[in-house]
Amino acid sequence: MVRLILRRLALLVPTLLGLSVLLFAWVRALPGGPATALLGERATPEAVERINALYGFDRPIVEQYVRYLGQLVTGNFGVSTRTGRPVLEEFASRFPATVELTVLALLLAVAVAIPLGYLAARHQGRTLDHLTVVASLLGVTVPVFFLAFLLKYAFAVELGWFPSSGRQDPAMIATHPTGLYVLDGLLTREWDASWDALVHLVLPALALGSIPLAVIARITRASVIDVQSADYVRTARAKGLLPRHVRDRVVLRNALLPVSTTIGLQVGLLLSGAVLTETVFAFPGIGSFLAEAVFNLDYAVLQGFILIIAVVYALVNLLVDVSYGLIDPRIAR
Amino acid sequence: MSAAEVHEVLPAGPGPGSRPSGDVAGQSLWRVAWRRLRRNPGAIAGAAIVAVFVLVAVLAPLLAPYDAGALPGRAEVRPTLIPGPSDAYPLGLDRYGADLLSQLIWGARASLLIGVLSTVLGLLGGMLLGVLAGGVGGWVDSVIMRLVDLMLSVPSLLLAVSIAAVAGQTPTSVVVAIGVVQVPIFARLLRGSMLAQRGQDYVLAASSLGLSRRTVTMTHVLPNSVSPVIVQGTLMLATAVIEAAALSFLGLGGGSPTTAEWGRMLTAAQAELEIAPRLALWPGACIAVTALGFTLFGEALREALDPRQRRR
Amino acid sequence: MSEAPLLSIRDLEVSFRTDAGTTTAVRGVSFDVRAGETVAVVGESGSGKSTTAAAVIGLLAGNGRVTGGQILLDGVDLAALPPTELARLRGSRIGMVPQDPMSNLNPVRLVGRQVDETLVDNEVVPAGRARARTVELLEEAGLPDAGRRARQYPHEFSGGMRQRALIAMGLAARPALLIADEPTSALDVTVQRTILDNLTELTRSLGVAVLLITHDLGLAAERAQRVVVMYGGEVVEQGPSEALLRAPQHPYTRRLLAAAPSLASRRIELAKQGVLGADAVAADLLATTAGEHGHGAAAPAGAAAGARADVAARGGVGTPLVEVEHVSKVFSLRGKGLLARSQPFTAVDDVSFVVPRGRTVAVVGESGSGKSTVARMILGLLTPSSGRIRFDGEEVASGDRVDRAAQVRFRRRVQPIFQDPYASLDPLYTIYRTIEEPLRVHRVGDAAARRDRVHALMDDVALPHDLLRRYPGELSGGQRQRVAIARALALEPELVVCDEAVSALDVVVQSQVLHLLADLQARLGLSYLFISHDLAVVRQVADEVCVMQGGRVVERGSVDDVFERPATDYTRSLLAAIPGRGLQLGAGGDAA
Repeated sequence: MVRLILRRLALLVPTLLGLSVLLFAWVRALPGGPATALLGERATPEAVERINALYGFDRPIVEQYVRYLGQLVTGNFGVSTRTGRPVLEEFASRFPATVELTVLALLLAVAVAIPLGYLAARHQGRTLDHLTVVASLLGVTVPVFFLAFLLKYAFAVELGWFPSSGRQDPAMIATHPTGLYVLDGLLTREWDASWDALVHLVLPALALGSIPLAVIARITRASVIDVQSADYVRTARAKGLLPRHVRDRVVLRNALLPVSTTIGLQVGLLLSGAVLTETVFAFPGIGSFLAEAVFNLDYAVLQGFILIIAVVYALVNLLVDVSYGLIDPRIAR
Repeated sequence: MSAAEVHEVLPAGPGPGSRPSGDVAGQSLWRVAWRRLRRNPGAIAGAAIVAVFVLVAVLAPLLAPYDAGALPGRAEVRPTLIPGPSDAYPLGLDRYGADLLSQLIWGARASLLIGVLSTVLGLLGGMLLGVLAGGVGGWVDSVIMRLVDLMLSVPSLLLAVSIAAVAGQTPTSVVVAIGVVQVPIFARLLRGSMLAQRGQDYVLAASSLGLSRRTVTMTHVLPNSVSPVIVQGTLMLATAVIEAAALSFLGLGGGSPTTAEWGRMLTAAQAELEIAPRLALWPGACIAVTALGFTLFGEALREALDPRQRRR
Repeated sequence: MSEAPLLSIRDLEVSFRTDAGTTTAVRGVSFDVRAGETVAVVGESGSGKSTTAAAVIGLLAGNGRVTGGQILLDGVDLAALPPTELARLRGSRIGMVPQDPMSNLNPVRLVGRQVDETLVDNEVVPAGRARARTVELLEEAGLPDAGRRARQYPHEFSGGMRQRALIAMGLAARPALLIADEPTSALDVTVQRTILDNLTELTRSLGVAVLLITHDLGLAAERAQRVVVMYGGEVVEQGPSEALLRAPQHPYTRRLLAAAPSLASRRIELAKQGVLGADAVAADLLATTAGEHGHGAAAPAGAAAGARADVAARGGVGTPLVEVEHVSKVFSLRGKGLLARSQPFTAVDDVSFVVPRGRTVAVVGESGSGKSTVARMILGLLTPSSGRIRFDGEEVASGDRVDRAAQVRFRRRVQPIFQDPYASLDPLYTIYRTIEEPLRVHRVGDAAARRDRVHALMDDVALPHDLLRRYPGELSGGQRQRVAIARALALEPELVVCDEAVSALDVVVQSQVLHLLADLQARLGLSYLFISHDLAVVRQVADEVCVMQGGRVVERGSVDDVFERPATDYTRSLLAAIPGRGLQLGAGGDAA
């Protein structure tokens, strides 16, 4: 197991190197070149020249890359043109918000999708099954930001049950040791702050969770249908295993293996979706910050965030593979 | 074994060679798939939805009450009031005084065109890389697959955003961005499918006939490997329409605020959510229904081409 | 004898609902199983034998149900029992040993636990106290080192070990009836034998009745007191094993008996005898499947004579066509671990033999013996790591180091036929295109000439011409294998490499294809390299045999020498494992 992790971490290195080459080339392919990336689209020619000389953008390309790589290794991802703060700092201050949102979205999705998919498979061809299939189709085809609009309009604007934007009531005064507001409230015993943060999370998490919910429900259904007709399920019934044991130990245990892989793959979708959802709900995470960076062509932020997100994405997938190795004995340890 | 089970379930005939004969044309995989599709309500619904939207897009000049970008009701719009449906404007006006129905009809054109063009781009690029990787193998395969891994290491929307940022804010750059994002997906799929076919006995048999590796690849392996790619392409049309809207939403779609394109309309409607929610509902519904059409059809196609049912 | 039977099936009918409507898979089936007795149900795929077994244990596929008759166990009709009560009988009164050991164990649960839960859920022992009994059961089923094995997962078991675990589970709650559905057909013959011996011994000592489902008449006769023969969903004949084998009444039983390779003891003598006599035998055997066979079997005597003259001109029958000299093949397996170092694995180790012109050489061995690797090397699809393979005096080369023209010439002279008739034809090609492809590739004749040749080839393999426009998916397994043969023969090769070419076919179809191959050899002067795990089949077709084990040839000689006077223990154990060997036959011998 340790070997697997080490090998995967070792494989991460070439991927990140490749990505850094691409991002390096990307900045140089931008209209206006790397100076624009630092100064923004509206930089004066004089400023561009000054920056070019200052950062050595007039030096040979290989030398520039090595230098860029050196900065990355030391955690220097540049400075946001819009806020003037280091990219890494911007990322770190917003990352907990996005973690909170995506984790809750994924939890909601898994909690609903797996029972739903299982029940649909058990009642294949009947009403519940048809409803599940339709719901999962809609979950995939309704754009996540449109769903966010709908939820916001219905439950925040019209009904007023939930706040329509932000992470926390502006009037709320709370301390945040971890940056995960719900957790912070629990840690500091500021129950109202925890509750307030949770209430702010509900609509964004519902919207964001719709895609993984649909996908996981579908995979669970297909997987259970598949496993149900497996020889070993028949044999388990033939040897007189109690129905609930057939369900828990045989059908579910095997059917959830492909589902767990799928859950890992959802992280990419969730990060993409977070950009859109956070924007709709003005939720101050890395997604909305990225969207603003796109609006303002804040290339330093784009470049840095993409690289950091790729690392996070790869680590999450590693985690998923490791846990897969734990639940499937056939994977070599 | 499951094959034995299948035979057990089939009606017991008097043995091999007793199938009805006569000079009947055979049922190819695609012909069988077509027959299955025609009997699948999901496929019919999906095809009908797609057909309607394609017709609307093609016939937009005939169907739309007003020209694209025309602002016939500009004088009637107030900061606090955007007029709703009336005889002159069946679905009402938008913030700038354009007829919503006309905008939706012209928008079908833009959205479908972006969706189809980007998917065609992704499909062609992906198939080219996939065929090279799966057909040539060796270091070519390694290089291509590393590139594919690299592209898949960034969440798709971020990749599209990065490409659109380089390509400039035009509809063309949206097409390129969404198309390029699809390339690694198609490439990986086709390569995997080809590798699975390559181990089959009929490929060995073809090699034993003295066919060159290239000929075997092009005449046997590739034709048997494309069906999952075609299914994925159909499903990808839905994704492309949604992603195009997402790029518009992030301000990368190009065009003016009055350009008729569903994603941009939906984005613009955000500001008026409280006074005119229908401005968001209509374009959002159009995107969702179009995507639903492609998805329904793609899923039905997947079922119809399922190799597990091929042996029947 | 007069006591009431344990299981009594009366007029059973089972139907399946499909898209096309309801089909009846089993009808009017009646037979009894008395306590402690073994009854075998024999039939080919599609005969309804497995469906009958599934109906007894109440595990028909979702779309199937009992639509008529009774299944009486101790006088209680199982077909009329509510599902929950039937479920209570499974495991405790009726046990099952399934067909394929690879797919029948829960892959994510320790083997021991899978036995534990059988004991606990059938209330044999209370929860938490099962382990000791589990180990006993596994030992009893012949699993060595059972205590340690119980703490392993199924994927750490070989096929034979898995089947032992399944037997332990099937008998865990000491049922009165055990259904064994092809319990060993997925295993190597020697393993098959020891497991069957163990199962027979165990059920006899426990007094468990066995309903044995099998396609192998020889195995049925050897293991069961009574045999029920099924065909097309109905029982065509039943009776005590010996009587049934000695004097089969129904034509189908006779046909099955004639076709069963395990019961035949002679080579199919088409090539050696006078051609007329051979045709008479073939016609007799194949007449029972009229409709599939055209004029192929009744080839004019002149053709065979001509072919022989042809072979003689090329160098004469019996002169070496293929010479395999000290050939080894080493694969590198990817090692596990961080710095994965590849490990060499010797699949074929210093193998030498010769295939004479116009003869059949069989390479037999169990799985992992390296026999298929030998075939692939002779076909030029794999390159030997060391040693030489010469075809007609020229070295067979493969991979990059060949000149293309020589390669193409070689390909025309050597053709393969593979095992799985489902996988060996391109599903997107019509039969016509499939058979025409080699001609087109090698630019033989114009379109019209090629069409004539394809038609002639279809006649050769006795397939009707109207199949030409069909696709492989629409043909039966036997028909597909005939198409594969036609394709292989299109270029008039000298050597045909048959890699388990009949292993996937039902016995009757298998027998037809074997006769077809023998007939073609006689007429066209072909040489065969016949790769098989099935000694009984080899006995019928081969002139010479190489027995392989673990990559080496352990014994080599004429088929008579090897079968009558085996020189090594391994060969002896292989021969002893052929089911039904030593049974005295009546009518079976007459037909073959």
